[in-house]
Amino acid sequence: MGVIIEQFPLYVSGFLTTLRLVLIAGVLSIILGTIIAAFRVSPVPPLRLVGTGWVTVFRNTPLAVVLFATAFGLPEIGVNSSYFVFGVLGLVLYTSAFVCEAIRSGINSVSAGQAEAARAVGLTFGQSLSLIVLPQAFRTVIPPLGSVLIAMIKNSAIAGAFGIGGDLFANGVQLTSAQGYSAAGVLFGVMLGYLVLTIPGGILLGVLERKLAVAR
Amino acid sequence: MTASVLYDAPGPAARRRTMISSIVAGVIILAVVVVVALRLAAQGQFTADRWGPLFNPFHQYFAAIWTLLGNALVATLLAAAVTLVLSLVIGTAFTVTRVTANKYYRWLVVGVIEFLRGVPVVIAIFFASRVLPEFGVSLPIFWYLVIGLTAYNSVIIAEIIRAGIASLPRGQAEAGYSVGLTRWQVLSSILLPQAFRVMLPALISQLVVIVKDTSLGFIISYEEFVRTANIIIQTTRNPIQTYLVVALIFIVVNFALGKLAEYVERRSSRARKTAAAPADPTLVDTGAAGGG
Repeated sequence: MGVIIEQFPLYVSGFLTTLRLVLIAGVLSIILGTIIAAFRVSPVPPLRLVGTGWVTVFRNTPLAVVLFATAFGLPEIGVNSSYFVFGVLGLVLYTSAFVCEAIRSGINSVSAGQAEAARAVGLTFGQSLSLIVLPQAFRTVIPPLGSVLIAMIKNSAIAGAFGIGGDLFANGVQLTSAQGYSAAGVLFGVMLGYLVLTIPGGILLGVLERKLAVAR
Repeated sequence: MTASVLYDAPGPAARRRTMISSIVAGVIILAVVVVVALRLAAQGQFTADRWGPLFNPFHQYFAAIWTLLGNALVATLLAAAVTLVLSLVIGTAFTVTRVTANKYYRWLVVGVIEFLRGVPVVIAIFFASRVLPEFGVSLPIFWYLVIGLTAYNSVIIAEIIRAGIASLPRGQAEAGYSVGLTRWQVLSSILLPQAFRVMLPALISQLVVIVKDTSLGFIISYEEFVRTANIIIQTTRNPIQTYLVVALIFIVVNFALGKLAEYVERRSSRARKTAAAPADPTLVDTGAAGGG
């Protein structure tokens, strides 16, 4: 366990890289997931098709496959970038499908009368979605969306395993393989790094869930 | 259908609008597809060289590649099946311990569950493969993957079963106690069998997560799909095509499992019309979004 104290700066820098990865990917997945969810519930059939296809593809493909396909596939068609960008991209594509499903389940939970009332006073589809349905949906969406994001924090380790470099997991691997520390201590430290994010995240989510709970 | 919540049955004007937006959206989507296709073609992605090894039975690598992919499928399904069985057994044990635990050590059980739930699966797998040998436990790679996957999935399954038990009417347990069954008898012969039935759809959905997570075996060189694909493209140099095939295989397997879960759920909710309201499996934090 001494390694955690000896190599503390390396752990901190790994933690910060992971945090950066998670924050960027989290914000982008929420934006993209919301757009896809809007596609899935829109009255326009081609958009619905795109939304459904997107979710089917990215929910059923393992993140590792998405990451490798992005990182090895995009350079083939002339798109070159750093592994960090590919890592973010893979995480966002994958997570957006789950964000979309969380939001869609929230939209479904808004009672029909709300949307009917919105239409009755003459709001358009866009208005009733953005002013009436989504604000209510977001409350129900908090619990599932939160678990999606916590899952994404854990999934960011896969991006690390695949080689974005410098994150918690990659630094841990480097300590065991290159510097010869015992794996038990090193990896225990890595796990702690993730638990620092996931466990408080889970507790916060529980609190929010109780606060935002609405009787329907 | 969600549509009916958000908009009325369209009238003539709305139908016209929808038609126009459909055409516009269709054209934009088509344009994107064409641009991507042109880009792919410009980079020589549609040549026989790239697709032949995967789809031309007379190509020199065809047989070898599909043998590798077949082995990967077997490796994936085997790891997923063994993980599922072990996770069910250990997860049930977790639930039973948690439900029957004395309050003086329940925190310990809860602590272990929270710990295993908060750790990324990929790290659990890596941990198993590096730490067990340090303690003199050397196993085939397959078992490191299964141990890592089981560590995570058993606690998720424990949560699913616990939610299933919680969804049963109190009268079930009370009736058991009133005829003189012990706590263990009530759990094993009344609550658990019903909980398994209620949560069957959620358990099948978890199998999708397990199947996807077997792909993490690549970090310990277990020859599942990702590792196999990486080996294939070293020779054939066609990452886009190879990963497309791998993704399609996963999509087919997991889509089928997802449909099975939906079917089982519809069937059991029909059969239970008169009983207590069924637990909504989507409300359980199964971490279905989790894993890879």
